[in-house]
Amino acid sequence: MNAPIPVVVSAPIPVVLSEAPGAESKDRLRGTKVTLHDMSLRDGMHPKQHQITLAQMISIASGLDDAGVPLIEVSHGDGLGGASINYGFPLHTDQEYLRAVVPRMKRARVSALLLPGIGTVDDLRMAAGEGVTTIRVATHCTEADVAVQHLGLARSLGLDTVGFLMMAHMIEPAALVAQARIMEAAGANCLYCTDSAGTMLPDDVRARIAALRAALAPATEVGFHGHHNLGMGIANSLAAIEAGAARIDGSAAGLGAGAGNTPLEVLVAVLDRMGAVHGVDLYKVMDVAEDLVVPMMDVPVRIDRDALILGYAGVYSSFLLFAQRAGARYGVSSRDLLVELGRRKTIGGQEDLIEDLALDMARAKGGG
Amino acid sequence: MTKVNAAIIGSGNIGTDLLYKLKRSAILDPVWMVGVDPASDGLARARTLGVKTTADGVDGLVPHLATDRIAVVFDATSAHAHHQNWRRLAEHDVLVVDLTPAAIGPYCIPPINLEQHLTASVRNVNMVTCGGQATVPMVAAVSRVQEVEYAEIVATVASRSAGPGTRNNIDEFTRTTAAAVEKLGGARRGKAIIILNPAEPPLIMRDTIHCLTAGEPDVTAITESVRAMVHEVQRYVPGYRLKNGPVFDGRRVTTYVEVEGLGDYLPPYAGNLDIMTAAALRTGEVWAERALGRSS
Repeated sequence: MNAPIPVVVSAPIPVVLSEAPGAESKDRLRGTKVTLHDMSLRDGMHPKQHQITLAQMISIASGLDDAGVPLIEVSHGDGLGGASINYGFPLHTDQEYLRAVVPRMKRARVSALLLPGIGTVDDLRMAAGEGVTTIRVATHCTEADVAVQHLGLARSLGLDTVGFLMMAHMIEPAALVAQARIMEAAGANCLYCTDSAGTMLPDDVRARIAALRAALAPATEVGFHGHHNLGMGIANSLAAIEAGAARIDGSAAGLGAGAGNTPLEVLVAVLDRMGAVHGVDLYKVMDVAEDLVVPMMDVPVRIDRDALILGYAGVYSSFLLFAQRAGARYGVSSRDLLVELGRRKTIGGQEDLIEDLALDMARAKGGG
Repeated sequence: MTKVNAAIIGSGNIGTDLLYKLKRSAILDPVWMVGVDPASDGLARARTLGVKTTADGVDGLVPHLATDRIAVVFDATSAHAHHQNWRRLAEHDVLVVDLTPAAIGPYCIPPINLEQHLTASVRNVNMVTCGGQATVPMVAAVSRVQEVEYAEIVATVASRSAGPGTRNNIDEFTRTTAAAVEKLGGARRGKAIIILNPAEPPLIMRDTIHCLTAGEPDVTAITESVRAMVHEVQRYVPGYRLKNGPVFDGRRVTTYVEVEGLGDYLPPYAGNLDIMTAAALRTGEVWAERALGRSS
């Protein structure tokens, strides 16, 4: 069934330029409720190579909380337990980050990401103990059954339990639905279509979100997580909302893997213009992005040619810096590396293949 | 020539692959295949290979242990079933080679510690995990040269080769493998990561083994040790290959390996399953050689 988009009659509408150009789309989402979920302190760990300080975590999370962002993710970029040679050792443990942020939140709730195969139920219990309200269990889009144990535990702990199907562009909507149903049956009350490669176009998003919305129980929410590699972060998020997604991930100043996530402050401005109800103060979130997040970027998070290739070739966004480092070390083009990783249908977590492949390519180059 | 008689409990994919390997063994003779479903393909296949079968589980095997002089029992069922099987087998004079994650007995990775288990007191050995069999030898190859502060392995296997046992309890894989990286690999701290990749055609198992040495790594000695260990594993897993490395980057020593299976019953890409059955076979064979008084 197609669940109707909920209408809230007396929703407070933020003040925007009242008769701005483009007023015809002003009411397009009037009354539509959207839960915005910030990624800057989790996906944003990738471009920071997991070196965000506790002070930075606290100031950004507090700023987002003050701006009314309802949900903030805090974890290693590759989820709880991601601390490793393979993905990078963080400045602090997941527990230290959560302990610093969670008690300081006035309204916002904090989520954590967990990838079975990397983190375990022990990490999940730790995060729950630190006051996380939401656990997002992420698997490659075809491997939902490895998350059954973790989703079941999160649900039994009374947590907001989210199934996060990554690289969702790699399978058709019907196949994605089948995987989402496994997660829903295991205890997820929200299912995400995750565009980890930032390669989807709005029609791809619409088809998948609509299929999920139609197939899952009406009480089960649907969410969308985008990357901005093809500049589609906002457009894809709007397509998702129009197709029935109730949760949308964004990141202050876009801080995230690849060309970053959907820039949250831009999304808020657009949603304001369209009349959606999200509860986030535009000016305050703009200020968090500009005053706190942009100054701490090591390199500008933008659509450089490698990030563009991620989106173009459908490659997992956090491979970006790994490919650039391996390319520089072994004298091969990072673009060639990323294209080959796409050709081989690599999936999230396979960062360990990048140096191996660079060695092969360097040898082939030397030999040829 | 005298062979030592063996039985396999579990007539699924792993048990069947192991049966094919045992049929070729010069030392072990598979006499019994034990299942729980009389209509199972695995038992039917075993019968066509001239092996006695029972669908009554371990209870169907126990009365024949003495009469058929069974000395080695391979358990390819599940952790839960292995606990029950061991309760029935412990009082009998057999070596039990456990391919499940139960790990009642000590971990066994042939080139590292098989010799230590060839004593009368050890009656149950555990084959760790597929990732452990493929990677822990590489950790040991570094740690036998110099101290390894931390080792981390990443096992990537084809989705199709990961059965429900692995999928239902993937944490068990990461925990058990990490424990073996420490206990048998000799790393002070260990971590394991597993990736299931659904690409078609299915990819061959590949593993990355990262070690952080305590001091500057000894490039020559470690490289030699890694190559020697690869040869050791190739004695029983011919498709075990060093793809790249060891790579030296500061204190990081990284080895990339690929494991192609023999394709006995399981397809060649499932090197992760082949290395388990091959390691179990190797364990049973070396033990049997000692029992027969031959030297390996």
